[in-house]
Amino acid sequence: MTLAAKPSGKGTFTGPSLLLRGLKKAFADVQAVDGLDLEVVQGECFGLLGPNGAGKTTTIEICEGLTEADEGTVEVLGLNWATGAGELRQRIGIQLQETQFPEKLTVEETLRLFRSFFHHGIPIEESIRTSELEEKRHSRVGGLSGGQKQRLAMACALVGDPELLFLDEPTTGLDPQARRHLWDVVDQLKQGGRTIILTTHYMDEAERLCDRVAIMDHGHVIALGSPQQLIASIGGEDIVEFAVSQGPAGAHEPVRGVVDPATLTVIPGVQSHRVDAALHQLSVSELHTTVPRIFAALAAEGLHLSEFRTHSATLEDVFVRLTGRNLRDE
Amino acid sequence: MSNLNLGSLYQLTSIRFRLLFREPEAIFWIFVFPILLAGGLGIAFRNRPPDVLPVAATTPQLTQALAADKGLRATTMDEQTGAHALATGTILLLAIPEPGGVAYRYDDTNPDARSARLLVDRALQAAAGQRDAMHADNQLIHETGSRYIDFVIPGLLGMNLMGSAIWGLGFSIVESRQKKLLKRLVASPMPRWQYLSSFLLSRLVMLIVEVAAFLGFARLAFGVPFRGSLWQLGILCVLTSLSFSALGLLISSRARTMEAASGLMNLVMLPMWIFSGVFFSASRFPAIIQPFVHALPLTAANDAFRANMLQGVGLDQLGVPVAILLAWLIAPFAVALRIFRWR
Repeated sequence: MTLAAKPSGKGTFTGPSLLLRGLKKAFADVQAVDGLDLEVVQGECFGLLGPNGAGKTTTIEICEGLTEADEGTVEVLGLNWATGAGELRQRIGIQLQETQFPEKLTVEETLRLFRSFFHHGIPIEESIRTSELEEKRHSRVGGLSGGQKQRLAMACALVGDPELLFLDEPTTGLDPQARRHLWDVVDQLKQGGRTIILTTHYMDEAERLCDRVAIMDHGHVIALGSPQQLIASIGGEDIVEFAVSQGPAGAHEPVRGVVDPATLTVIPGVQSHRVDAALHQLSVSELHTTVPRIFAALAAEGLHLSEFRTHSATLEDVFVRLTGRNLRDE
Repeated sequence: MSNLNLGSLYQLTSIRFRLLFREPEAIFWIFVFPILLAGGLGIAFRNRPPDVLPVAATTPQLTQALAADKGLRATTMDEQTGAHALATGTILLLAIPEPGGVAYRYDDTNPDARSARLLVDRALQAAAGQRDAMHADNQLIHETGSRYIDFVIPGLLGMNLMGSAIWGLGFSIVESRQKKLLKRLVASPMPRWQYLSSFLLSRLVMLIVEVAAFLGFARLAFGVPFRGSLWQLGILCVLTSLSFSALGLLISSRARTMEAASGLMNLVMLPMWIFSGVFFSASRFPAIIQPFVHALPLTAANDAFRANMLQGVGLDQLGVPVAILLAWLIAPFAVALRIFRWR
């Protein structure tokens, strides 16, 4: 058996893996989740995206049965936490943010402990191999790198051969190589037909991994769909960013210039405009014909470009477009 | 789920041992420290041969009379030197001849000086011709069981059981909570009762080693007596350890940080270190606080250990301390289970 194999769970249930209706949760005076509806189908990799404090972790912990909702219904694999907790715990796998396993236990001992909680699951050998921790199996957890610890946490989530997997910010704090390694693991899990629900504040991660994403902000879902749909929804496939200066190009200490937005938005192909710290951001379609027009318009105003770059639109741009804020502004 | 999975209980318990034995400091505090403490106290308070009391007289005749008593070491010195020797504690009593008798100069608040007064007077009266009105025979006994070390070993046993239970449970649980491991565990299908049971099980196994090592040392090094039944002593140890484990569980049931937990632990244990008669008898405290002193679990444990080991009292006569320990087991355990914070 490998990660890419089908989970050996019952598989008789064909409804949505996760169903949330009217979910609300407040902590003291903060409304962390404010009326959330979601449906995740079987075999889907679903991403909850948003900045820190958007309510992602609260939502996922309600789904995991760790936090009780104030209002609303939660159905996981067709069961609910009030009556089906024992069975649900056996059928789902969970990776929490910032769990520190006992530092003086070895990798193998930690996995053996978690494996012992499940009636059915995968052999320890298998779990060590798929998480590529063979060389570290007798090492103590305290001596592992961040990426290895995260792989161990993932392995602990998988030892029960879960049908549904919750990953809360699985790559936060990891270096790029460790992130990519974890993405590969998630890819294999997807091929195995497991349902995966993950939270992240990395939009590239969501684009890379998720079939569908829900972008959350202030406890609400502000956008829902596949990454491609969401990116298309902002109207342009490319983003142009530039800054201008007045006076001759190449002057020392150029003064940042002011552009009237109206002169930009009238250009055919420019879908939208916003300014952030004197950096203009245009969402643009037909990049090859639109860019020359932008140059011409700026030159006509007597402005010089001090910065200019373009990139394909990302989920990050979707978030900026929807909220007017950058993801890491918080 | 129908089939009771004891594999996880085994895993949880064995992990407690692994974590303990990989923590060298824990081994020191649980096994080595109590033995060092007992050894130190045993040496400091060992029974010495009866002291010879230093006294002095101002005339050689008196000194000679005093030398007849083996319990006295007499020297001759003039009055002025004698006064200085008295003041510095070199001698306990100075005998000065007076017309028609003798004067004793000594400090009557010093018990040794009072003993010296009796011996000196007896020696001088005998030298002057006094005879005993009746014959008295001395039958000397130096019995084990009445020495300080015999008193302190059961107290140290109680104190160690308290410390290892409260520290053992408290720190591990609060550390797991602080590091979110508790939350991760309850997110898994782990039965919660097994988590708590693993602490009690590992405590009971450790108890055997801990108590055997400590009492074995006390027996071999100091010949501390075991007059009561050993299995009853074992039951008392288990009961004591469980009571303090329940207390440790209660202390750690809410605390989120190690700092908060250590504060609480000290708050709970400090009164017992002082009041519960570990190093000296709890009966020295005023009568008004005796009910409080006797309600403490460590007092009950120490009383029961002393009764068993030193007087050979059976469990059937230890109803009161056993009931107090049971109450301290049940009440904190029930409250801890209710208020335990799993995340």
